[in-house]
Amino acid sequence: MDFTLTPEQQSFRDEVRDWLRKNLPRGWVERLREGSDVPRPEAYEFLRGWQRKMYDAGFVGLTWPKEYGGRGLTFMEELILAEEMALQKAPPVLNILAIGMAGPTIINYGTEEQKKRYPAKMLSCEEIWCQGYSEPNAGSDLASLQTRAVKDGEYYVINGQKVWTSLAHVADWMMLLARTDPDAPKHKGITYFLLDMKLPGITVKPLKQITGDPEFNEVYFDNVRVHESEILGGLNNGWAVGLATLMYERLALGFGLQVRLRIALDGLVELARNTKKNGASVSKDPVLRQKLAQLWIETEVFKYTGARAITKLLKGELPGPEASTGKMMWVEGHQHLQELAMEIEGPFSQLMRGSQWAMADGLWQHTFLRSRANSIEGGTTEIQKNIIGERVLGLPKG
Amino acid sequence: MNFGFNEEQELLRSTARKFLENECPSEVVRKLMDTPEGMTPALWGKLAEQGWLGLITPEAYDGMGLGLVDLVVLMEEMGRAVVPGPYFSTVLLGGLGILEAGTEAQKKEWLPKIAAGEKRVTLAWMEPSAQLGPEGVTLAAAEKGGTFTLSGTKLFVPDAHTADAVVVAARTGKPGAEGISLFLVPKGAKGLAVTLLPTMDQTRKLCEVTLKDVAVGGDAVLGATGSGWKALSRVLDRATVALCAEMCGGAQKVLDMTVEYAKIRQAFGRPIGSFQGVKHKAADMLVDVENSKSITYYAAWAMDEGVAEGPLAASMAKAYVSDAYRKVSAAGIQLHGGIGFTWEHDLHLYFKRAKGSEFTFGDATYHRERVAQLVNL
Repeated sequence: MDFTLTPEQQSFRDEVRDWLRKNLPRGWVERLREGSDVPRPEAYEFLRGWQRKMYDAGFVGLTWPKEYGGRGLTFMEELILAEEMALQKAPPVLNILAIGMAGPTIINYGTEEQKKRYPAKMLSCEEIWCQGYSEPNAGSDLASLQTRAVKDGEYYVINGQKVWTSLAHVADWMMLLARTDPDAPKHKGITYFLLDMKLPGITVKPLKQITGDPEFNEVYFDNVRVHESEILGGLNNGWAVGLATLMYERLALGFGLQVRLRIALDGLVELARNTKKNGASVSKDPVLRQKLAQLWIETEVFKYTGARAITKLLKGELPGPEASTGKMMWVEGHQHLQELAMEIEGPFSQLMRGSQWAMADGLWQHTFLRSRANSIEGGTTEIQKNIIGERVLGLPKG
Repeated sequence: MNFGFNEEQELLRSTARKFLENECPSEVVRKLMDTPEGMTPALWGKLAEQGWLGLITPEAYDGMGLGLVDLVVLMEEMGRAVVPGPYFSTVLLGGLGILEAGTEAQKKEWLPKIAAGEKRVTLAWMEPSAQLGPEGVTLAAAEKGGTFTLSGTKLFVPDAHTADAVVVAARTGKPGAEGISLFLVPKGAKGLAVTLLPTMDQTRKLCEVTLKDVAVGGDAVLGATGSGWKALSRVLDRATVALCAEMCGGAQKVLDMTVEYAKIRQAFGRPIGSFQGVKHKAADMLVDVENSKSITYYAAWAMDEGVAEGPLAASMAKAYVSDAYRKVSAAGIQLHGGIGFTWEHDLHLYFKRAKGSEFTFGDATYHRERVAQLVNL
């Protein structure tokens, strides 16, 4: 057991630290009204520029092969980068669905042509990706999806609808799951397409969330013609490819979520120190202090559970039970954190941005509301628990 | 970074598991917990033969010279088997107390004998006030002409009734941490009385130790007078991490038993593990168990390496694991239903161990406050 860095890793850390110190945009949190996780729509252009800057400096796609635009490094460097970004409160990477999911899946399943075409532009944020999985009647039960893809010569004709599609309104490409064989058992008739969002017949309608933001969308397909060369991983093999994507998602989220949780926690501690209750700082209140300490502990625990999973990856082993708990744990931690922010603000938590009485410029109200989605997006907590129960603990299916 | 165990440590784990399955299965645990000693000389001798009584004792004192990370592996297995008896108090309290506080002569005299299984030493620290900080130590030690006279009551002293000597934290000076000294009081000293207390967790033997004008010479002081609290807090941080490891092992065993049961127990024509009400609870248990291990392993490494945040890591671990083991052992009983509430089933051994461990060396509330102080909240 050893938590020290090798000289090479230390110099990588110094490189990241130094670069962030020089290039970090000041006051971005306040500018974007963003305390923790997903950026707000008005921040997209800023974040696109930020990712481009990070890419030019060589800090996006660390573990991807060099030939596809990455740096061919290990998860250790990815971890170091994540920690440094947390320490210096750096803005998030915008094209996260591409970097975390679509890219690794294409590198694993793609044809040589696909591997040359897509990954590099994901890293530079030239092309933003969204994920066309959920449908109005296929959420947790994803394999019930009904969007159809019917062969017509060299093309497939897509008809149907996707929903809850984050970033679709700014995305250039979509990871699309569509049914190519309606007669096969539901898991076996699905194909994974790489879909150009500029094709005729695609309509994107923003959905207003409980935050008031149109962050996710409905996407309608009306006779959209996709060339067969855009199939990823083979006809009717979409379920396996799609699941691989979700596995990468969990891995990628582990790094990113740790950063965001740490940044949010530091913000919360600031809020507690600056807020007075009965004449003293809230961080000195014995009850709230217990809750703050508990969040501090959970954030650290989350980091070390992640570190155990990464150790296995670095040794070339598959992550064990400790890896599957990450998403669930983050959700719980982050929702507690946002609830606690409201509790610290007390009656002032009712006031939104714009009021002179709003605390911390009304930053926390948005992130609090946004956090309700955490236990739904990327697989509900209930589905995560089914997965842990069945695949990790080996309990029988219901 | 390498956050895993090496081959020797994995070997220690498999050796320990096999040894304890053979030598200390639950039938043996139940026999031992019904005796006042909680241990037989034969089993104690075997623990010594394995080298486990001197696992973290330096080689200069006939120990194996291993670290807390190695000990964590063994403690997990000890917790998995709910081993009764004075292993913990001998190795992590009395033994570590002498190692941390003792003079060279004291270490030479006691540590090899402890490692060999010939002597047992425990630590008397808490008093009826149950205060955890230095202010809790009020037992008086008055000096006159090189002789110290100790008077007062110590509570929650593990295994004092079978110990050859007790390390007693006493007050030789003013209030505060600097006024505390550690004394090595031998069994049978005049004025020393030990009463075994009935405990909820029968595998843990706790005593009341009263000292009435117990006179000891200056050579009974461990190290220098006034240095007791510094040594004691180092001992307690390490013991806390080791206890967390023992708790992790117990929690893992409860999870294993529960999952096995949920796979075979049928209700409404199918295994109960197929119901989400059961499955989701089991998933929560897994999260608690895995996280407990992560923070405990990290704390052990931090203590071994002497990194500045070692004590913080120890407190984070105890806060997290105290809650986790309590929740996991309670959920284990719940998911077993009626059978889990019987004396016959082993679950209550774990449930009671969890409850006792929760309040040993400070509960989650105490350690959360300590975390708050250490991170300057």
